[in-house]
Amino acid sequence: MAVLLTKHSRVVVQGITGHQGQFHTRAMLDFGTKVVAGSSPGKGGSKVEGVPVFDSVQQAVDKKRANASIIFVPAPYTKDAAIEAMEAGLKLVVIITERIPFHDTLEFIPYARTKGAVVIGPNCPGIITPAEAKMGIMPSHIFKPGDCGVISRSGTLTYEIVNAMTQGGFGQSTCVGIGGDPIIGTNTLEALELFQADRKTKRIVVVGEIGGTAEEEAAAYIHKNVTKPVVAYVAGRTAPPGKRMGHAGAIIQGNMGTAESKVKAFNDAGVPVAEYPVDIAKLLGQT
Amino acid sequence: MKFLEYKAKAIFAKYGIPVPRGVVAARPEEIHDPPLPCMVKAQVLVGGRGKAGGIKPAATIEEAHAIASQILGMDIKGYKVKTVYLEQRLDIEKELYLSFTIDRSAREPLLIASAMGGMEIETVPHDQLFMQHIPTLIGIQPYVLRSMTKRLGLADHLGEQVEDIARKAYALFRKEDAELVEINPLVVTKGGKVIAGDAKLVVDDNAEYRHLEYAKLDQDRTALEEEAHEKGITFIQLDGDIGVIANGAGLTMATLDVLNLKGGKGGTFLDLGGTDDPDKVAQAFELLIKAKPSVILLNIFGGITKADTVALGVKKALEVMHADVPVVARIKGVNEDAAKQILRDIGMHPAETMEEAAELAVQVKRGGV
Repeated sequence: MAVLLTKHSRVVVQGITGHQGQFHTRAMLDFGTKVVAGSSPGKGGSKVEGVPVFDSVQQAVDKKRANASIIFVPAPYTKDAAIEAMEAGLKLVVIITERIPFHDTLEFIPYARTKGAVVIGPNCPGIITPAEAKMGIMPSHIFKPGDCGVISRSGTLTYEIVNAMTQGGFGQSTCVGIGGDPIIGTNTLEALELFQADRKTKRIVVVGEIGGTAEEEAAAYIHKNVTKPVVAYVAGRTAPPGKRMGHAGAIIQGNMGTAESKVKAFNDAGVPVAEYPVDIAKLLGQT
Repeated sequence: MKFLEYKAKAIFAKYGIPVPRGVVAARPEEIHDPPLPCMVKAQVLVGGRGKAGGIKPAATIEEAHAIASQILGMDIKGYKVKTVYLEQRLDIEKELYLSFTIDRSAREPLLIASAMGGMEIETVPHDQLFMQHIPTLIGIQPYVLRSMTKRLGLADHLGEQVEDIARKAYALFRKEDAELVEINPLVVTKGGKVIAGDAKLVVDDNAEYRHLEYAKLDQDRTALEEEAHEKGITFIQLDGDIGVIANGAGLTMATLDVLNLKGGKGGTFLDLGGTDDPDKVAQAFELLIKAKPSVILLNIFGGITKADTVALGVKKALEVMHADVPVVARIKGVNEDAAKQILRDIGMHPAETMEEAAELAVQVKRGGV
């Protein structure tokens, strides 16, 4: 078992004909992902990297039994694409696109709940289950199969940490990039629930950052419900208040969302927090 | 996108929310027919204007001129007052509070109302707040508004007005892609009218493409930050002296944190994003050099990023800008070795890890390398 994504997942790529869509379709196929279809309105009948392209997600479901979607379409069209995927009955929708208006996300995320669909992202690197499948844009070669579940709000910082984990001998069960936006489909706490329930995952790494209270809520949840060892890193200890640090969600508002508050919450819950990103591997060695 | 009070009030008025009459001026001579008696209010993108002396009453046109010249040019928490708003003075009976924000955890809009308006909402006791999530797909229902006015203890004729204002403020919140709509105070006048005493509006930057008319609004950015914004580069000026540039927001934040642990202080947050296009790298570096850092610390962790083309971009920028600022670079990606050679050739300092790079940057700054 793994979290959310396995080698059996049948993936449709929405926006497969765009530069990003095409490039990452190739990389996902090379990783072993079953990319069974692409969708791109008006481009039905063509092929990208040998993958058949349909005009709609519904056709990809009907003809190729797609059951998960990864979305690369530009921000103004993402709400449409996400709702289309949910309407077609897909239960996993990974949204890579960044800079989606919050009010669009505020609509399609509650809608996903009514449809029983899990949304990962937006503004995220995706999900990867090493040796099984990848629905995302992360560099495949730094990952290695193992028993550590990784949850992260960031992209490249996650690669940095995963790279250190792999070099330190700590492989990953699944790595979920939950996204850097203030409103995301699956938050830290919900991802923790998945890893706590996953038999293959023995340890959990949480990569948080300033902004919001997701880490504080996750820490309280860990304290009460998580029996597996958890280690964490929090980015933005030196970020000034009131500034959006690149990610739309990375902003200290008033006295809310500071790194100190998150580090304290983790420590109070018995979760060691790494000072340097690479120290995650050392902390895992102590679990 | 943040709005000055008078601009926010113009949008409030468009949605039918009652606002006082007012005129705006950038110079005292521009004031002709202010509503008298009036309040002269500094227009800045920061709270606490009143305490800083940025809001004062005026009874006559002469007084209005005199006070406007006092307030214009004033410095309020680092913001220079460029315009004043002269607004009809209200006969205040009572001050309420009303806002709509986005609750990240609940992933829903949140309505907050209080009978204790006119002060910072963070200082209002929790039991004095009416808070209600609004399901986005359903919208604001009448019962929510009824419970709100009941909780605020308002007489019927006032309650109706507050409900109407809340309904309109929510419509504004949704249609204008707002992150925040705040009316504090929401004034009840002695004459029994409810009217927005102040107006705070923040619109989601990501929705700029749907509201192009707001793109030209003055924001609280430095000149360099403004230049970066126009070029689509994520760039923030900080109060340290080491120019930090990395790829990805999380990694850039972490690089600043690591630098701090090594005894240095970041002067910039520059997120290069996923590019390895040498021209884009050069453009970002040019911006960074303009911020006059003592050392530049570049940290790239790229899976598919071409390290050598990033290095070429660095070289190009230094040549174009005739800059002799030292660069410490850690570039992980395709063709790493070639990248290191390019950097060495131009006398720069390659490093293996971000910790090593941060340490080296601090040493170089201290003149130790």
